[in-house]
Amino acid sequence: MVESRLARIFLRLGAFATLAFIYLPLVIIGLYAFNKNVTQAWPIEKYSTRWFSVAFEDPAVRDALKNSLLAAFGATAIALVLGTLASMAVARYSFFGREIVTFAVILPIALPGIVTGLALQATIIDVLGPLGITFGLTTIIIGHATFCVVVIYNNAIARMRRTAGSLDEASADLGADNWQTFRYVMLPQLRTALLAGALLAFALSFDEVIVTVFTSGAEQTLPIWIFATLARPDDQPIVNVVALFVILVSIVPVYIATRLAGSSGITSERPKQSTVAAADPAP
Amino acid sequence: MTSVPLSESPPREGLGRRLSTFFYRHPRIRLSALLALPLGWLVLVYFGSLFVLLLSSFWETDSFTREVVHEFTLDNFRQIFEQDVFRNVAWRTIQMAILVTIADVILAFPIAYYMARVASPRTRDLLVVLVLVPLWANYLVKAYAWRTILSDGGVVNWALEPLGLQVDGLSTVGLWLVFTYLWLPFMVLPIYAGLERIPSSFLEASADLGGRSLTTFARVILPLAFPAIVAGSIFTFCLTLGDYIAPGLITSEQFIGTVIYSIRGEALPTAAAFSFVPLVVVVAYLLVARRLGAFESL
Amino acid sequence: MKERKTGVARWAAFGLLVVALCVVAAGCGGDDDGDSGSSTAVEGLGTSLEEIQSLAREEGEVNVVQWPGYAQLTKEFAEATGCTVNTKDGASSDDMISLLQTGAYDGVSASGNASVRLMTTGEVAPIDTELVPNYADVQEGIKDQDYNSFDGQAYGVPHGRGPNYLMFRNDIVPEDTNSWSVIWEDEGLQEWGGKISIYDDSIFIADAAVYLKATQPDLGIDSPYQLNEEQFNAAVDLLKKQAAAGLNYWPGDVAKQIGEYTNGDSVVGTTWPYQYVQLTAADPAVAVTAIKPSEGTTGWSDTWMLYSKAQNPNCMYLWMNHMISPEAQALVAEGFGEAPVNLKACELTKDQNHCDTFHADDEAWWEDVYYWTTPVEDCADDDDSTTCKTQEDWEAAWTEIKG
Repeated sequence: MVESRLARIFLRLGAFATLAFIYLPLVIIGLYAFNKNVTQAWPIEKYSTRWFSVAFEDPAVRDALKNSLLAAFGATAIALVLGTLASMAVARYSFFGREIVTFAVILPIALPGIVTGLALQATIIDVLGPLGITFGLTTIIIGHATFCVVVIYNNAIARMRRTAGSLDEASADLGADNWQTFRYVMLPQLRTALLAGALLAFALSFDEVIVTVFTSGAEQTLPIWIFATLARPDDQPIVNVVALFVILVSIVPVYIATRLAGSSGITSERPKQSTVAAADPAP
Repeated sequence: MTSVPLSESPPREGLGRRLSTFFYRHPRIRLSALLALPLGWLVLVYFGSLFVLLLSSFWETDSFTREVVHEFTLDNFRQIFEQDVFRNVAWRTIQMAILVTIADVILAFPIAYYMARVASPRTRDLLVVLVLVPLWANYLVKAYAWRTILSDGGVVNWALEPLGLQVDGLSTVGLWLVFTYLWLPFMVLPIYAGLERIPSSFLEASADLGGRSLTTFARVILPLAFPAIVAGSIFTFCLTLGDYIAPGLITSEQFIGTVIYSIRGEALPTAAAFSFVPLVVVVAYLLVARRLGAFESL
Repeated sequence: MKERKTGVARWAAFGLLVVALCVVAAGCGGDDDGDSGSSTAVEGLGTSLEEIQSLAREEGEVNVVQWPGYAQLTKEFAEATGCTVNTKDGASSDDMISLLQTGAYDGVSASGNASVRLMTTGEVAPIDTELVPNYADVQEGIKDQDYNSFDGQAYGVPHGRGPNYLMFRNDIVPEDTNSWSVIWEDEGLQEWGGKISIYDDSIFIADAAVYLKATQPDLGIDSPYQLNEEQFNAAVDLLKKQAAAGLNYWPGDVAKQIGEYTNGDSVVGTTWPYQYVQLTAADPAVAVTAIKPSEGTTGWSDTWMLYSKAQNPNCMYLWMNHMISPEAQALVAEGFGEAPVNLKACELTKDQNHCDTFHADDEAWWEDVYYWTTPVEDCADDDDSTTCKTQEDWEAAWTEIKG
């Protein structure tokens, strides 16, 4: 350890403070899930689990959950394809407009969601409508995929920067064609980066509401359902139950993904147990 | 004895192999093929839509029905420039975005550093999970929870009561707190990645050269982590710039997002014209961020 | 390895240009759906009651935009007609019109400031009242009004009406408050600033006009929705003064306002009857009083309207008929706190005095309730020389007032 003891104490305190800050509201959400009352007053007077049964029996919740999962899977799948293709192009080639590609991929997530949402809504009404595509799961997935691409793209590019292009050429020298090289050489190197990116993309899509407000129709994703339900005074407590449920359920896949990717995989570093026997390329 | 031919003609190649050879011989076409799908998608779905929206900023609206009328006008831009409120709102939003970014950097750095360089691998795994899980807590629920926390009868005032203090939590300051909270994980992750990339040898060298903790921090760690900080700031800045849900819940002041949201149904061309403001700001920010090396650190 | 850049780049740029132009062309072409024709035929609508009922079973669902807080018998309706009901809450009239324009909904419960515009643009279809059996029971005084008919042709089925109350916490604000001055005059603004709850929509300018009509008669305001330059500027100045005191806006998000009154974040302001009903029925009940102040107030008379390009017009006809049936009227009127338009509902309400309390049959009470409607340039009067501020002006002013 290079850091001084004082520094380490300070860091430990700082980390703890930040974590407490992050989790305090979540704890409060959890407490309100057990609030007996409809109105969210503080402190909570009586506790009860009655909202759990209401939430589980509500068909709208189940539909919304199903739609959210479908949208997230669809968007992540499309983003994986588009992001990997784009990253392969940018990482292995130098061409005019290379920086523009990165720019174009980042813009959907950087530009305020309200602008993206308005633009997509106008297009869906004016362009897709006459083609027969109306607001629904398809339009939701299209919107989500567009800004999920960047997450995959970033992770893939960062990983490819750290892996030598010479490996691909070596593979070709050994007689492999493009597809074989991709399957046996590139994919294993990319796998954990793509997994980390997919996890983040999935979370992005699952939680997205700002753009989804504009791209959804009668079908609700979970955030849309929450948005509508929070405006109804009688149903507010159900939302806390659903939110708590999602948080708890998400712990498992996040944990598994972290173990698989190695915590450094989340940040697109090469995992320590890489099977590619190459010297660690210096940054 | 069967004679083995000296040269065998190679087996008829499959389509995949022939295509692959073709691509190998024509790298530019391979490049185009790789880019076709993603760029095509982005251009058609995203940039096309943006273009259509921004084009509508040049249309008129019927003053009664509020329908869009395809007559060219610059009135919408004139309105944006002449009515003070648009300028005030834009400036207020940019200030908020900057303040939120600063607060997030300060809050994110200790935990990111701890995770990257101090924690044991097991603790680090745990911390990564702990930082990622809140991303799954719904944005709306978090915003509403904060509203309850900041309200007159909420947690903050309840905690301050014994001290005889009461604050008006549902205000611009409260909103700053909420934004800082919402985007914090987006700042922690890039900084963590950036700090992890710094080789320990650099820090040891700095110590060898006589640098104490603070000097090492200021002159070695911070500059090396700076691109990552900028990368994280892209999220905090841009997400704050366009948000239209959280401000409406916490405060009654208008921000770029809320203005666009509230006039979008009626005066879409004006909303589109006003959208140029965050568009220009974000593009400028991205250009600066790229110059500072943030794109490599996302 | 330096690649030759020009080829790829040139084709890419050209392709981008072509695609962009195509999208623009499509976008431009698609916008022209504003046919303000008065064709009474809606595609797929049956011509007789029996045909409507059987076509409705085939449609299977109806999607409606409505005000929040409607208590409805959707399950019973679905069983009786085969139409599942999907509802979407609208925050304001503008919001409802936007939702309707997405094409995803079949009908809307429109207030006057939406209905007139929808009739003008042709986005709602005329209604053949012969095919709506319960229409005969609707109060005569509500039929054939400016906001639900055009040229003698009905464009919707009335739903109910109500005032925008002045509501206050009677344990904080003096119990005998009976005037809007509490949120417009300096005394009230100083006392309650930061805790005043206001509806977030440009139509609220009319509420300022209502107050000015009573307190500054020399301005000559007649309808609070048709304001000339001088009257409009006076209203805007009053609103800016109010905004400076610190307001809490509720943008059709009734839960937000209910939470604020419960916690004491808001103690006085304007509201729909629904919030009052909710607050007094809460456990524990919140101490609020809701009144129509002495100056009068704005209000709304709502109409169910059919989207002219509805996917499920037959289900929508059955829905409209259902919503003015006595049972449905009783349920929704009591739940929302409004006056039903079918007086047969008065016997079915849980509170026997509901119709009296809400003045369902008391036209005199409604004389100083100014129903929401859209401002028009010609002031909606017969005088050609008068010009009034338009809806566009109101919106621009509202953004500015909020700062």
